[in-house]
Amino acid sequence: MIMMIAFYIFAAILLGSAALVVSARNPVHSVLFLILAFFNAAGLFLLAGAEFLAMILVIVYVGAVAVLFLFVVMMLDVNFAQLREGFQRYAPIGATVGLVLFAELAMVLGGWRVAPGITALRAAPMPAGMQNTAALGDLLYTHNILLFQLAGLVLLVAMIGAIVLTHRDRRTSRRQVIARQMARSVAETLELVAAPLGAGVAPGEFRRPKPLEEAAAPHPVAPHQGEGH
Amino acid sequence: MNGSLATPEIVLALCGMGILLFGVLRRGDGGLICSMLTIGALLLAAVLVAGGAFGLAFEGQFLVDPMSVFSKFLILAAAILGVVLSLDYNAREGIGRFEFPVLMLFATLGMMVMVSAGNMMSLYLGIELQSLSIYVLAAFARDDVRSAEAGLKYFVLGALASGLLLYGITLVYGFSGSMDFAAIRQALSDPTRVSEGLIVGVVFVIAGFAFKVAAVPFHMWTPDVYEGAPSPVTAFLGTAPKVAAMVLFLRVMVGPFGHVLMQWQALIEIVSVASMILGALAAIGQSNIKRLMAYSSIGHMGYVLIGLACGNAAGLRGALVYLVVYVFMFLGTFAVILAMRRRGQAVETIADLAGLGRNDPALAMAMAVFMFSMAGIPPLSGFFGKLYVFLAAVQSGLWTLAIIGVLTSVVGAFYYLRIVKVMYFDAAREAFDRRPASLSVVAAATGLFTTFFFIAPAPVLDAAQAAARVLFG
Repeated sequence: MIMMIAFYIFAAILLGSAALVVSARNPVHSVLFLILAFFNAAGLFLLAGAEFLAMILVIVYVGAVAVLFLFVVMMLDVNFAQLREGFQRYAPIGATVGLVLFAELAMVLGGWRVAPGITALRAAPMPAGMQNTAALGDLLYTHNILLFQLAGLVLLVAMIGAIVLTHRDRRTSRRQVIARQMARSVAETLELVAAPLGAGVAPGEFRRPKPLEEAAAPHPVAPHQGEGH
Repeated sequence: MNGSLATPEIVLALCGMGILLFGVLRRGDGGLICSMLTIGALLLAAVLVAGGAFGLAFEGQFLVDPMSVFSKFLILAAAILGVVLSLDYNAREGIGRFEFPVLMLFATLGMMVMVSAGNMMSLYLGIELQSLSIYVLAAFARDDVRSAEAGLKYFVLGALASGLLLYGITLVYGFSGSMDFAAIRQALSDPTRVSEGLIVGVVFVIAGFAFKVAAVPFHMWTPDVYEGAPSPVTAFLGTAPKVAAMVLFLRVMVGPFGHVLMQWQALIEIVSVASMILGALAAIGQSNIKRLMAYSSIGHMGYVLIGLACGNAAGLRGALVYLVVYVFMFLGTFAVILAMRRRGQAVETIADLAGLGRNDPALAMAMAVFMFSMAGIPPLSGFFGKLYVFLAAVQSGLWTLAIIGVLTSVVGAFYYLRIVKVMYFDAAREAFDRRPASLSVVAAATGLFTTFFFIAPAPVLDAAQAAARVLFG
């Protein structure tokens, strides 16, 4: 009973927020509703007994993907009102395409036949007495350990490739050299000026901290302009 | 689970990561040292391969048999020679960074996994590890437009081919019910289980492999990539990955799909004939020697595929012997191509070879040996490669293939002999720069192998025989 109530609450909020994702005027609101939809979908997964999927949905989709979306939406100055300008004019075409797709979907679902042994097959992947996180771990790290490690190597090579092909050690790059930071003395960076009462420091009197001598730099990186560290 | 069978691969992976860390932490130019370490790691892997046992590991995903050991030796030899070839070139062209040998090492690891694959998934991951490393290597001279173009072209078309392969694998999985080679073979032994969907899947798998071995009609990327990639990468790209992909091709066709031979045999024959003809005709008009070698390698793959088309142990043995012979001829030719430098500048047209016979008789001699061998003139090794393949074709009654093969080798002889003519009889040009010792060593080693293969071909033949027998045992 409680499961039923929880299911309907999650499902209703999921559908409502999904509808708001596409209909909200403000794109930031859309993304926030998307995150709400993800959370509710995670709740549904939990109810279905797939706690691993629920966790992944929250960690990966909410934690990474949706936040990335949010950043993109906030940083790009996209004028959505302008994008929606031809909405009225093209609505019939869009509706037709949607109708065709919907008809295809209906035909697929209409021709759906359930194989006789499907319930037994569906239950098979879960070994008895094992939660699905443990079952997935068993599959990945015990049975398919070779494939898992190979996939890791593929990713390592992709990372090496990205660095090899794009990284350039520019002369102007400001990299942190901790030794140089530690070697700075107060005298080089700070100057105490006794300002007279009621009068500020005149422009000429104040001296900006002078950069460390370049000749002493232990690596070929160029002089660091300003307060780069 | 018997993970110790994969010791060479595990050790090689650990060495690769160790060398990578060493190169990163060293700060500064570690190209040479990392290359030396890589050669050491590859030699270590070869020793471990030699000492390994046979069997299945990781629930059948990984297998070690005479065929995989045979091809691993060949792949490791090609990789070591490839790294040696790159030593001098990279330093002179300013691309001598430590990632170069590391990527070569990971590509080699991918190939070793490919030839040991006992499951469609390990097959695919091996291919991807190999391809991804080589995409990066092809674009390694990133400030050179041609190299960047080669890398991009190879990447885009390679991704497409991977897609075709994956699609084929999913269809095969769907219709046979398994990813495991042995289980697929078991399922297909029952003719009622062979459906149209499965055949479509097999065709897609063949298309994916044909791309990886650069056989017609999936060869379009080859000339551009071979020409644009840095020469040592081309030398590596034309040998080790071809061996790995071809061995995998043989294993998958004869193993899991062995019972549907009648369905794919004609397809392989068409691909083989088209490759031989294109390799022979398209190379005639080339003036760039790397481009010429690209077409030449397409033709050679056509000859190797004759062995597969036979679909029996003799054909497989012929194909494996051909691969051995091909690897050493190709690497030797590239040792000569890498020695083509005038005033520090690499030159790569055929006309630049003019006068080599007078300026550098030893190098010209080596090049002549490789060219005669590629043309298939006895008693050089190239002749024996063709001999065993044609013999197998005739024994299996594939007369058309054998006749077309002989005819295309005659046509091919024209452009190989033209290079010899340019070297010895054309008006001499300025001499090349002094060749570095590393190139001389590779040219001499491969040249000696090519020349004196006929004296003691038995070890190679026996190993190939043993490897071929495994699949038909």
